[in-house]
Order: sequence, then structure tokens, then C-alpha cells
Amino acid sequence: MNVLRNLFSGHSTNIVDGHDLVDHSPKSPLAIHDLTVAYHRKPVVWDVDLEIPEGKLIGIIGPNGGGKSTLIKACLELIPRSSGEVWVYGQPYKKQRKQVGYVPQRESVDWDFPVSALDVVTMGTYGQLGWFRPVNRRSKALAMQALEKVNMADYAQRQISQLSGGQQQRVFLARALAQDASLYLMDEPFAAVDASTEKAIVALLQELKSRKKTCVVVHHDLATVAEYFDMVILLNMRVVAFGPTAEVFTEENLRKTYGGKLTVLSEAASAFRSAQRDDRKSGGL
Amino acid sequence: MFLSVISDADGLLRVFLLMDYNTRLVVFSTTLLGIASGLIGSFLLLRKRSLMGDALSHATLPGIALAFLVSVYFGGTGKSLGVLLTGAAITGVLGVLAVTVIRSQTRIKDDTAMGVVLSVFFGAGIVLLGIIQTMPQARAAGLESFIYGKTASMVYQDFVLLSVTAVVCLVLSLLLFKEFRLLCFDEGFAQSQGWSVVLLDLLMLLLVAGVTVAGLQTVGLILIIAFLIIPAASARMWTFRFGHMLGLAAVIGGISGWLGASLSAMVAGLPAGAVIVLTAASIFIFSLLFGADRGVLVQMFRSCRLRQRIRRQHLLRALYEILEMQVEGNTVGTGEFKESVSCEDLRRKRTWSGRELRKIIDDAYLEALVELPDKAHVRLTDVGVRESARVTRNHRLWEIYLIEYADIAPSHVDRDADAIEHILGAKLTAKLEATMADSIQLAGMRVPGSPHPIH
Repeated sequence: MNVLRNLFSGHSTNIVDGHDLVDHSPKSPLAIHDLTVAYHRKPVVWDVDLEIPEGKLIGIIGPNGGGKSTLIKACLELIPRSSGEVWVYGQPYKKQRKQVGYVPQRESVDWDFPVSALDVVTMGTYGQLGWFRPVNRRSKALAMQALEKVNMADYAQRQISQLSGGQQQRVFLARALAQDASLYLMDEPFAAVDASTEKAIVALLQELKSRKKTCVVVHHDLATVAEYFDMVILLNMRVVAFGPTAEVFTEENLRKTYGGKLTVLSEAASAFRSAQRDDRKSGGL
Repeated sequence: MFLSVISDADGLLRVFLLMDYNTRLVVFSTTLLGIASGLIGSFLLLRKRSLMGDALSHATLPGIALAFLVSVYFGGTGKSLGVLLTGAAITGVLGVLAVTVIRSQTRIKDDTAMGVVLSVFFGAGIVLLGIIQTMPQARAAGLESFIYGKTASMVYQDFVLLSVTAVVCLVLSLLLFKEFRLLCFDEGFAQSQGWSVVLLDLLMLLLVAGVTVAGLQTVGLILIIAFLIIPAASARMWTFRFGHMLGLAAVIGGISGWLGASLSAMVAGLPAGAVIVLTAASIFIFSLLFGADRGVLVQMFRSCRLRQRIRRQHLLRALYEILEMQVEGNTVGTGEFKESVSCEDLRRKRTWSGRELRKIIDDAYLEALVELPDKAHVRLTDVGVRESARVTRNHRLWEIYLIEYADIAPSHVDRDADAIEHILGAKLTAKLEATMADSIQLAGMRVPGSPHPIH
């Protein structure tokens, strides 16, 4: 362990103190302290400290195996933490579960399961219903509203295997919406979706933001980071940088995040350049 | 022997009308058990833990033997079904927990852990039974009957016990309907919502243990797994609705139990368990073939229909393209598209063998899309002209879309368009038109020119 610690202290830390620029209240929607996660004694997430401000869209980017999904799952206690604490709106996560909406990766479930889209979305209301109470008309109505928000009302009765990948992703988003949480943790919602779904998700994120909801989104497409997110977490086992996108989404930070992976690096650099270009064109976000 | 029973119409009637007291008890409790196991088996199947039931049932044997030994030690006869089944339930659950512990604490995979636990527990049970054989009380106990199931030695209290167990399991699984649906579909989300996955899994395990133990006496521990899985697997063939599947599985389980128990009561020496499993298996095979959602025949029919449609569309497009080249300034419906085309030309258009083409043409003829002026020529009918224009139009819209929006090289576009155009719906076609309204003028049913040279 010591060897590892030395290895990492050798790295220069470059955390832009984004959270100093914004509200630093203890009621942060998501505060992570000293979070470390290890699989079979190999660390995947190392000593993460984050305090996320309210009402922002926050992207998590980093290389494959960089611990993006692991970080989210560890926050939700889906995988055991080696150390660390997670606070949601100033209280331990366990007490605040209803405040947190989770959108898992689409591949995490079997879409051949015999349920309709509406059934899946209704699952978002199970937490409010509690033990043994059967699904009632109110929870179905909530689910229908959530489906309408992602333009999927026409597909409510479809069996989920008959939906396209993008539609399945929207069903997952609707399920989290039906829960009516305040903090949303989304794992790669933009992965392999069609253009219209991507648009729908972006619109949804904006709508959530306008209602003061906070969204933390694992993202893989560097080209759209600057466009979609207010703040960004650059993660490669540890937090390389966290702060407003305009400040921390820099070539230097990307190089640090993606390390020696040259192909990724050049891709990132070009994406970065185009993002900056877009930024200039639109006069910033 | 079988025939003699069948010919005894009076006896047959007695069984089916449940006039015989003992038969009535057996049939009633087995039917109840079938309903419960169909329901709980569905949850097990959808949780992808079907074989857990097998591990559990095999692990009940040492429990039965131990319960017998303990009971005898404390001066009992060891014949109380309640005591024996309690022992069975305890080691059964222990067996499954052992699998879970091995899986989570070591790097041994699920199936390996299952194989090890199942055989070790069963082996231990056989050894204990061997020891019991040497005891004087053993003769009356008939513990071996648990392995294959035997209804003859049961008494009224036993039936009450089994029926109550089945009903309790049934009610509990209905109460936990929503929770189990969530658990089976997405355990990660369930956990994030605060449901304890461990607790839910344990509850499901207890229900499985309940029906397994209740079925030991009638079905036997080797075959009980079939009673759990087969009704659920059969039901899945018919529907993609969760509730329907569960209801259907319960019905199939109930019918299997009822038929199996009745038949075995009719014919002395026919074990109920085996008959139940065979009955369920017949329903399963029927479902596998004729199931409305994913039965083999339905799927074959669907893919056959699609293949036929694709071939027909290929034929129509080939005809259109040949005629288009012959006609200057082509406009559909001028009558020029009603020229005959030789089969030779058509064969050159695609890689059809002579026989293949013949079949496709015959098929199109039956649909009144083409006429056959003579053996070597084909001519489009009025309907055929319209249909061929529509098909070609869809194909080209899609091609243009691929070139303009998906950045696919024109030389590759034909093949890509081929793969998808046959499943273009009216909605999508309209969307394509809207998308490309700027790049090409498309008025009415005009067919745009091919975006790449046709050979």
C-alpha cells in the first residue's frame, strides 16, 4: 500500500478549486470525502474528494477503466467502499436515498425481460409505495408523465425488447424522473444513442437544471462536453481536475487524465480544439 | 395393468370426479402446489437462478435424514412429516447459502459452486440414509420415498400441512409481486432505491424452499426442480407481459399437478412426480412449438415472411431499374412500365439461380404483382407498377440519406440500404422525406434518380 501511496503522491495534484468559486454550503447535493474503492485489492477509485454545487449539470469524463462508473456506484453503495463517506444534502446517503435518482448503464439489464416500457418506468415509484403495496393508479399516472417528458408516451405499452437502444435509454431516464429526486446520477446515458435521443436527453437535462435539480453524468464524448455541462470532473482513478468546464477542460488537464494513451490523447486534443472553436462561435455558454 | 384400469370406466370416473377420499386429498394438494410452484418458479426463472432450486432440493436430503435421527434420539418414531420437512428446509436453505458464500467470497463461479454443493449435500444425505438403514426404526420410516416421491403413505394431516405451505407461499409471492419484479429486472436500481437485495433474495429463497419442501413427498426431490421451472418456461413462450406470464405459469403448474396426481392415482405404481413432470413437459413442448410470443413456429413464420418480402421487393426493384433504363424521362403510370422483361435480364441483375428466380416470380404472381406473358418473360401489373415504384423510392431515399447524413461512400451505399429498407415503416419513410425535402424535390410518388450508377 505504501508503494502505491508514494506512486500517487509523486503525481502533481491539479485540482482547480471549482467549489471555492461557488456555494460552499454543507447542503451540497453530493459531497464525497476520501472515497476509495478497490476490486481485489486493486484500487479503482482513489481518495476522491468532491463537493458538488446545486443546480448544475456536471460531467464525469476519463479513460475507460478510469473509475467513472465505479465512482457513481460507490456513492450509491452498490459496491463496497474501501473508505470514505458520501453526503447527500448534508446527510449520509443512506438517509437520503429518495433524493437520489439513478440511471444505470443500459447494458446492465436484460432487455428481453417480459415487461412493458410503462412497467419499467413505474418501478421508479416503487420506493414511494413501500413494501407490499401494489402499484396503484397514481404511480401509473406519474410514470406516464415521466414517459411524456422523454417523448415516449406512444411506446408505453411496448415490450422493452421491441424498443431501439435510444428508446430504451429514454425509458431508463423516465424511470429516474418518476422517482422525482433532486440529485440524478446517470451512467453513460449518451452511449450509443441516436441523434434524436441525444437531443431529447440534452433538453431533459436543461429542464432538470431549470428546476434546480443537480445532474452528475458519466460521459464519454469529449467533443460535446463543453456544450452539455456546466462543470466537469476529470477522473482517472483520482480526480485530476474539477471545476467549471471553461476553466478545467483544458488540453493540459486532458493530457493528465488520459495519460500516455496517445490515440485517445490526440482525439481529445482535437475535440478540445473544436470545443473551443464552438465556444468562441457561440460566445461561451 | 394400465389397460385394465382404463377399461374400468367406473374406476376412471371415481378418480376424475375425486370421489375417492384419499385421491381427492392428493389431487387437491398437488394442484395447489403446482399453482404455487408455477408462480414462484417464474420469479426464479426471471432472476436467472433456475438451478438454485435444484441445489436446494438436493440439499434437503441430509436434512430429512438428520431430522429423522434427532427425532428418534428424543424418543419419537421419526415419522412426523412436519419434523422431517423442517429438517429438509433447513439444510436446503443452508445449501443455497453455501453456494452464495462460495460465489461471493472466492473466485469460484456460480455453476461450479452449485455443482459442488449439490453433490456434496446429496452425498451426505445418502450416507446418512445408509446409516439409518441399519437402525430398527428405519423400515417404517420410508425415507427413500422422498427421493422419487410417493403419495401412498400420506395421511390427512400431511395434506393439510402441504396445502397450507403451498397457500402461504402463494400469498407471499403475490404480496411481493412488485418487489420481485424490480429485483428480477434491475437489482442495481432496486438497491439504489433502498430495497435490500439480500433480503429480497432471501425471501425468494425461502419461498422456493417452501414449495420444494412441500413437494418432496409427492414429487420427490430429484424432480421437484422440473415443477418449478417447466411451467414458468412454458408460460414465457406465450406472452411478454409479466403478470400474464405469472398467471399462465400458475395455471400450467396447476394443470400439471392435477393431471399428474390423477393419473398416478388411477394406475397403481405410477409415481406422481414423474407423471407430473411428463405432463408439464408435454405442455412445454407444445408451448415451445406453438407459443404465441416466442414459439418456434411463430418465429419461423415471421422470419419466413420477412425473407419472402425482401425477395419480392428485390424482384420489384430489379424490374423497375431495368424498365427505367429502357424508358427515357421515366414517369410511373405511363404504361411504358408495363413492358415485358426477360428472366435472363432479371437474373443478371442479382445473383439469383434460375430456380430461385422462378420461385420469387411465382410468389409475386400469386400476389398479383406480375403477369407472365410467356415462360421467359415477366410483366408488372398495375398494382405491381405502383408497388415497384414505392419500393425503389424507399430504397433510394434511404441511399440518399446514408450518403448525405451518415457519410457512407456511394459505392457502399447500395448494400447498406438493402439491409434496412425492407423494414422501413410508413412513419420512417415520411421522416426521411421531411429530412431530405431540401436536397431533392419529391412531389407525390416521384421516384428520385439513383444516387449511384446502376449496373
